[in-house]
Amino acid sequence: MIFSFDLLINAIVSGILIGAFYAAATAGVSLSFGILDIVNIAHPAFIILGSYVAYVVNAGLGVDPILASIVVTPAFYALGAGIYQIYYVSFEKRGQESLRGLAFFFGLMFITEVALVLYFGVDYRYVEASYIGPTWHFGPLDMPLRILVPCLVSLILIAVLQLVLTRSFVGRAIMAVAQDQLALRLMAVDPIRIKRIAFGMSIATASLAGAFLIVIQPVEPSVGREYIGRVFAICVLGGMGSLPGALIAAMLIGIFESLTATFYGPSWAPAVSFGFLLLTLAVRPAGLLGR
Amino acid sequence: MRSDIFFLICLAVGGAAFAGAMALDNDYVFFAGYVVLQYVVLSTAWNILGGYCGYVNFGTAAFFALGAYSTVAIHKLYPLPIPLLLVVGGAVSGLVGLIMGYLTLRLRDAFFAIATLALAVVLQTLIVNWDYVGGSRGAFIVRPEVIAPLGNYVRYLCLIMLLLAVAAITSARLIERSRLGYGFATIRDDELAAEASGVPTLRLKLIATMISGAFMGMAGAPFPYYIGYVQPSSAFGLDYAINSIAMPLIGGTTTWVGPLIGAILLGSLQQIVTVTISSAINLLIVGFLLVGFVIVAPNGIVGLVRGFMQHKPTGLFGRRRLGVNAPGPTP
Amino acid sequence: MTALLEIDKLGKRFGGFVALENISLTVGPGERVGLIGPNGSGKSTLVNCICGTLRNEAGSVRFDGHPLEGASTHQRTRRGLARTFQLPRPFASLSLLDNMRVPLLYAVGARGRRHTDIEARCVELLREVGLESKAWRLPRDLTQVEMRKLELARAMAAEPKLLIADESMAGLTPSEVEDILALLRRLNTEGITIILIEHIMRAVMSFSQRLVVLVSGRKIADGPPDEVVRNPEVESAYLGQ
Repeated sequence: MIFSFDLLINAIVSGILIGAFYAAATAGVSLSFGILDIVNIAHPAFIILGSYVAYVVNAGLGVDPILASIVVTPAFYALGAGIYQIYYVSFEKRGQESLRGLAFFFGLMFITEVALVLYFGVDYRYVEASYIGPTWHFGPLDMPLRILVPCLVSLILIAVLQLVLTRSFVGRAIMAVAQDQLALRLMAVDPIRIKRIAFGMSIATASLAGAFLIVIQPVEPSVGREYIGRVFAICVLGGMGSLPGALIAAMLIGIFESLTATFYGPSWAPAVSFGFLLLTLAVRPAGLLGR
Repeated sequence: MRSDIFFLICLAVGGAAFAGAMALDNDYVFFAGYVVLQYVVLSTAWNILGGYCGYVNFGTAAFFALGAYSTVAIHKLYPLPIPLLLVVGGAVSGLVGLIMGYLTLRLRDAFFAIATLALAVVLQTLIVNWDYVGGSRGAFIVRPEVIAPLGNYVRYLCLIMLLLAVAAITSARLIERSRLGYGFATIRDDELAAEASGVPTLRLKLIATMISGAFMGMAGAPFPYYIGYVQPSSAFGLDYAINSIAMPLIGGTTTWVGPLIGAILLGSLQQIVTVTISSAINLLIVGFLLVGFVIVAPNGIVGLVRGFMQHKPTGLFGRRRLGVNAPGPTP
Repeated sequence: MTALLEIDKLGKRFGGFVALENISLTVGPGERVGLIGPNGSGKSTLVNCICGTLRNEAGSVRFDGHPLEGASTHQRTRRGLARTFQLPRPFASLSLLDNMRVPLLYAVGARGRRHTDIEARCVELLREVGLESKAWRLPRDLTQVEMRKLELARAMAAEPKLLIADESMAGLTPSEVEDILALLRRLNTEGITIILIEHIMRAVMSFSQRLVVLVSGRKIADGPPDEVVRNPEVESAYLGQ
């Protein structure tokens, strides 16, 4: 492999850009796992669902995929709220979330993926938009717009989420519910309702992330699997519930993946984020109390 | 019932079933039977760590594939007899289980579960890039056509898997009734209280991971001979993960009977569906059954049966384990 | 007489919050020590540090002449340290009898002592706390009060040298409190050192030879009970109680 400075700098920049998208994909997990302590491994499957929804609207009505996903967000929110309600009644209340809760989300992931395969088949699907195709050249840098646009919108999404979490009442209630449910109750706020809102928000972000994904690359149902390790690695590396932390971690992983793919070949790339995850988990301080 | 007597009874039952299948003289029975028996081993193995200790392993496929690929790697050097391959596959997977456990078992069960998923992908990537075993192109294993006195080679494979299944459920039952089994149960119920009661939780979890991984590897070792052509995508397939989780959860996680029932019922159902409808619908059904059972019948079929029998103080499973079907800690 | 438990300048922080500061305490073999303090004063944190559930950043703990640093919780239990949890943590899927069996198998068994009839021993332990009629039931069938008794029985099953009873009497009627006190006194005469953490002042006063008071992570008093309660600092700490 010929080492060239151009190649290196492009690899790093594309890593940063795609890192922003990874952060958007992880935002939902930061909410559900980082803050609510719910191991929703089906999150990437919901992202893929979002991709397919964007695809259907784009192919059928010609609407811009990202716009379409914003419109569909309330439906995803409702889905998330509904799923949380089932999760709460079946598992959290009974104190069984560890084994059965995990199995529940694993089952949901499977159902979603297989249902998509049955309905859409395993062919790759892609969307059409004005910014898919052209590349922006800036000196030695080549930035395809189909990556740049989702990157920018991802950053906006994360900024908005962070504002909501830190400035709004609901947002701060969400942060509080992770720390002290009893105190929240004493302030006449129903923690279950807050958690339902948070989980709904988490799935709503999946709708947007799904649209970003299908703009960046063609999608087929099993694409979600490579994201499971990624989003959890980013969430853990980024310090669990922290969105800014997740952004930095996401860009780090994006850069590493990009460098690995460029200089060692794309078949090694999946191992990067999962390897990161294993390393992070192994190096964490030991102790039964977990975090 | 003492374990050696149980073992003999299982052998007798298995032997009778095998003889019955031979009498039918239809090779399809053996092809399908192999898969179901394989799932008996995988779900029993999964349940030792998942059901008994409460640590969910999403990476069943990784341990299974390690067994399969050990066979592939050795086959290129010299085709060993299958029983030896079982030992090698079991040893490799058991060792990897031990290492992985040592790295991740100090963490909460949620982190452990995610780590197992990560391990599966890392291992798959390593294998895909290892040309000696064929990489992503896959590897062909030529198996003998027939083996005397059974006939078609697949009958021999089925017999091996039957013996492995008997070994697996005997071991699971033995563990359940032993000091180790009580230790595992306390890890599942309340690890902090377990430590305070003198249970060396990390050591026990490592033992569980090793045993579980070893059996999964042993289940994988004959796989290349069964299927003839091994590809990473088939060996590492996620259907192993979901089945090895769904079968114990549907059957019942607290005893050896649960995974057995789950594997036989679900495995047979899948064989029927694959042949009559399609294999994709298959996985959809498994997913729905898993979610449904986990919500509605968290203790599985065994739990439902026990619920019916609660009136009898000395039921089928005896006094000692009467208490073991409680769903979760006290409110 | 060498001390059984020596805590030397123990400190524990959670991030910026100082839970315990400069705690020094000695407990001799066979003593009956009462540990009191307002809620949040660090009593349970101290117990957790002694038993290894939490790691202290500063100071040291010695038990039976050996340092406890590096020993995991289960090793400490095997060395003879036992505790109850403030909020009972029973093994929910095991019967009461099996709850007793676990410490017998793992704590006592590890020391090389094996009971010839484990089940009989389990029933005996349950009888001490009045739960033998429910031996085959599950913890979820117990009342809160019975669960606290189960906690105590399970700690006793480990045959400890030192038993730390963390609020084992919360919610008990006066006569039940007397029963538990009588049980603890009997254990004490058999040689078991006891640290009693309680809010029921009457019980603590009548039981303890020595009273230790923790307020906001610091030890403010340590001496005979009637002296300690006359201490002005202790009075003011409890004024709002």
